[in-house]
Amino acid sequence: MELTRRNAILLGASAVLASGLPALASTVTDDAIATFTGGAAVGEGDLKLTAPEIAENGNTVPIEVASSTAVEIMVLATGNPTPSVATFKFGSMAATRNASTRIRLAGTQDVVAIAKLEDGSFVQASSAVKVTIGGCGG
Amino acid sequence: MKYVTGAALASLLTTSLAFADPVDDTLILNEETDMITRTAAPAHLSDTLDEVMSGWLFRGTETRAMQADDFDNPGMIFVEQAQDSWMIAEGTEGKSCSSCHNDMDSMAGVKATYPKWNEEAGEVRTLQMQMNNCRTERMGAEAWGYDKTPAINMEAALSAVSRGLPVNVAIDGPAQSAWELGKELYYTRTGQLELSCANCHEDSYGMMIRADHLSQGQINGFPVYRLKNTKLNGVHSRFKGCVRDTRAETYKPGSAEFVALELYVASRGNGLSVEGPSIRN
Amino acid sequence: MASGVKPRVKVPKKAAAGDVITIKTLISHKMESGQRKDKEGNVIPRSIINRFTCDFNGENVVDITLEPAISTNPFFEFEAKVPEAGEFQFTWYDDDGSVYEATKSIAIG
Repeated sequence: MELTRRNAILLGASAVLASGLPALASTVTDDAIATFTGGAAVGEGDLKLTAPEIAENGNTVPIEVASSTAVEIMVLATGNPTPSVATFKFGSMAATRNASTRIRLAGTQDVVAIAKLEDGSFVQASSAVKVTIGGCGG
Repeated sequence: MKYVTGAALASLLTTSLAFADPVDDTLILNEETDMITRTAAPAHLSDTLDEVMSGWLFRGTETRAMQADDFDNPGMIFVEQAQDSWMIAEGTEGKSCSSCHNDMDSMAGVKATYPKWNEEAGEVRTLQMQMNNCRTERMGAEAWGYDKTPAINMEAALSAVSRGLPVNVAIDGPAQSAWELGKELYYTRTGQLELSCANCHEDSYGMMIRADHLSQGQINGFPVYRLKNTKLNGVHSRFKGCVRDTRAETYKPGSAEFVALELYVASRGNGLSVEGPSIRN
Repeated sequence: MASGVKPRVKVPKKAAAGDVITIKTLISHKMESGQRKDKEGNVIPRSIINRFTCDFNGENVVDITLEPAISTNPFFEFEAKVPEAGEFQFTWYDDDGSVYEATKSIAIG
């Protein structure tokens, strides 16, 4: 769907409606996290997620994940139709547990990263990204 | 004057969304080439603007960074594709671009002077028109469609070897009548919204247009890789988009009107560095 | 999508033994998400690169699973150890079964 002004208004309206049913949107994200962690508790700690506060265009949003001890990091865009974005596994020749990429965001939302650390525990970091809708944009 | 006022106001109203002034930043390409992203307006604009500014200054931090390094710049993928096709013979004459022009680096500076009067043809030609003339007259190959992928990729590759050099299109002599036509089009209101190029890009640059920043509409960064459609875009296609958004019937890419408009708009950026392929929204 | 896909990788030509180097990769690919519809309203089938790996002398550096939310022309940046001279091997796996490869050698000195 092209994000026209009219559609944006409709989206806003449906967001209000959907807020009565918060379980719907978060279930997919929760399921993805549960699959990744095997149901283990997720804390906070050795994981940093860097994303722009305001993305100029949702098509190409630069993000970076960084950790000292992560063996695997999963990135989720909680507001996308399908939240999965990417999973980074670091091998024996990785010098750091840092990686950058560019992602698509369907709208303003929280981007979440979950890392599995060397000690087997899981940590989470998140970043709110506002996605702007352009001008006339030609 | 306008800029000074705008900057002073913006510093008082930094939280206001009504202003989207150009950032105070310098573009250094690949940590080696200093790019001119703002400079004194060319003489023909001296009554109108004090300073001309690249659209790069109106973009966000991440977008600006993406353009500063050739590896981060996805537009360079298409430049590399064109560098490959530069070497490939096409058409009945069995020639490639390199058969006549050797290495593409020999074309440094060419993009900066286009659109340009062609004496033999008696017309102002854009770089794409000149490329197509090579194809049909020297190579015996088919002309590329205006602003279509092969043409825009090649234009970007030719632009890439001119980056850092100042835009320097001639507006006098035989090119003057096309330049005058372009100027007239620039200031002519079109469409149901009755907007001219100048209404947005001369009168209102530095303001927000909905959630986006209005630039001066300079074309020194063309062809541009747009985040919106993740490909290279030609200047005529961009003109078409703007005119369409005024709710007007537009001219076609490659039309005499857009050739004239390209010459005029390019001349408004005389002195700015060639930037293409740049990154814009 | 097997035609016109062009990988680019940026690796320093040489490093000191034990150095940490930054690697960047970019590949031209539409990354059709499977979410879009064409003008007739039919869903455009998903066609993406779903996995990217980088190895050094046969040992893994990164192994990345890509979903449709990765932007067109996928870009990655990461850091690798260089204990010795050798070769980086980069591999992209397309939904359609195509595999795109690139290699870069690095010298010590």
